[in-house]
Amino acid sequence: MAKHKAEASGKTGKPPNVWNGMRVAITGGTSGLGRALALGLHDSGARVAVVARGQESVQDLVRNVPALHGIVGDVSSKDDIYPIAIQLISALGGVDVLINNASALGPIPLVPLADTTCEDLEIALQTNLLGPFRLTKAMLGSLAASAREGRHAAVLNISSDAAINAYPNWGAYGASKAALHHLSQIWDQELSLQGVRVLSLDPGDMDTPLHELAVPGADRSTLKSPESAAREVLATLQNLLLETKGDPHPETPKAMQ
Amino acid sequence: MIAAAIPAQRPPNARLLAIDAAGKITHILRSNFPDLLRAGDVVVANDAATLPASLLGVHGRTGAAIEVRLAGRPSLETQAVRYFSAIVFGEGNYLTPTEHRPSPPELRPGDDLRLGPLHATVASLLDHPRLVLLRFEGSPEEIWRGLVRQGKPIQYAHVHMPLALWDTWTPIAALPAAYEPPSAGFILNWSTLDVMIRRGVYFATVTHAAGISSTGDPVLDARLPFDEPYRISESTARLVGEARERGGRVIAIGTTVVRALEHAAEIDGVLRAGKGLATRRIGRDTTLQIVDAIVSGTHEPGTSHHELLRAFVANEVLEDMNAELEEQRYRTHEFGDSIFAERMNLKGGSVSPRNRTGEPPIRLFPPLVPKLGSWSQ
Repeated sequence: MAKHKAEASGKTGKPPNVWNGMRVAITGGTSGLGRALALGLHDSGARVAVVARGQESVQDLVRNVPALHGIVGDVSSKDDIYPIAIQLISALGGVDVLINNASALGPIPLVPLADTTCEDLEIALQTNLLGPFRLTKAMLGSLAASAREGRHAAVLNISSDAAINAYPNWGAYGASKAALHHLSQIWDQELSLQGVRVLSLDPGDMDTPLHELAVPGADRSTLKSPESAAREVLATLQNLLLETKGDPHPETPKAMQ
Repeated sequence: MIAAAIPAQRPPNARLLAIDAAGKITHILRSNFPDLLRAGDVVVANDAATLPASLLGVHGRTGAAIEVRLAGRPSLETQAVRYFSAIVFGEGNYLTPTEHRPSPPELRPGDDLRLGPLHATVASLLDHPRLVLLRFEGSPEEIWRGLVRQGKPIQYAHVHMPLALWDTWTPIAALPAAYEPPSAGFILNWSTLDVMIRRGVYFATVTHAAGISSTGDPVLDARLPFDEPYRISESTARLVGEARERGGRVIAIGTTVVRALEHAAEIDGVLRAGKGLATRRIGRDTTLQIVDAIVSGTHEPGTSHHELLRAFVANEVLEDMNAELEEQRYRTHEFGDSIFAERMNLKGGSVSPRNRTGEPPIRLFPPLVPKLGSWSQ
């Protein structure tokens, strides 16, 4: 089972660049980690489409990097999922990797569960659990098609330390990320025959807008930059892809019973 | 048969009528479909996702309300969405059976159609008053954005509740390319695929732009299916070739898969990977070169889907099938029950460039419109 913490692969020789030509869709892709992942993947030769709620932030990103595809949509909204999926698939001509990165904290500022409104818990679950579940389901046909054609196929769900450890005041966020983490591990096992991997990774504490909302005025010098977190996340994902044989019926079929 | 009025893709009581290679008919629960398969077979499905191809709007010159149903384009390329052929209906919606829908106002080249955020122009008429070639304004990304905002799945009067896209996408749906769901694929889900693979059955896909099934006009309906672009991957061509070499059967999930595989192999009977435009109709004069068995919906005699079965099964057996489907009250249409037919050893003709029954397939992309290569700008 893959480790939850993202780590730089470090010591050994440089692995081959799996990203060249890879078709990657990223939600929450205009700020923080999502933006760093989009730019990092683009620099490595991937074809990248990002989804975000704000039309202006999407336009800004695409204006700066015209090779990126920008799609406006809200993954927490059920009715947005298929429109998002169609636009992602048509922008890239297919999808090999889906990164569910868009996240919601729940109540802002953070409060204990007893003071958390049901509505705030719902927002966290819609964004952090149901949205990734729905979008992954809508894209699973495309991902499995990539695997059948011998391409890599994976879903990366951005998780958190709060998915594993019980931190007071992080109830809505932590519970939703814990559910996403568990869902990822189950789905990874279930899709093994189809050659699609599902990975959940904790990128660590980063200097992002989300962190600023959660811990206003935190000492930024103690936080990772989104760029270095993105490098670690991609190194971990790359290792997983390299150890996975995607195609369920590879070139030399196993002897059949 | 009874029209299936509820958009449930895999109702637990769905049934399947199976015809074996000797013409013997049995009835099984459709969820037991993998029991019809043998280790070494390859099952080929159409992984096209369904487009939101029904667009309500206004005919600019007259101000009349219209419904545009996108019906085809010459390629599967997601960036080549400027030109679509389309059927245009007058005022109203899917709740009125297509044969009772009013005609659109007279359509002329250059007419402006306002379809919500989308703007289209009638580029040319295609030899029928409600069949046109449309040119959409904007970049491919803008056209897709407009389609997902304004478009709904094409649907018919037998299903009353409005369909959402998730009702129409098969579980394996990938590239958005079909105008109506390749609904034979509703038989599959991920558990079924796992069972098949564990039993040594291979699974492969083609992408085929399944077209519309009813135009509201018997003259036009008689010319269905229209030309449909498809793509066959290297891995699918390999899996089909290997199955044939080891004596496994090639089992097509849906008529579109039969059309694609047979078209791609028509030169010499060898299936090649690549892109193509399926122009042939398959029927009793077709000698199947690739496909050994088909899973399909339960279709009424006279429809092109039903005629295609004549390539697999002798006429007398089809008569028996029709009678059994009626007697056993099978459900029909896209959310209905299924049939499985294995190819009988029929004495057939050869694939003819033009089907010998009925009219020639309609050409959606006549030479008077821009050449294929220039469509993608």
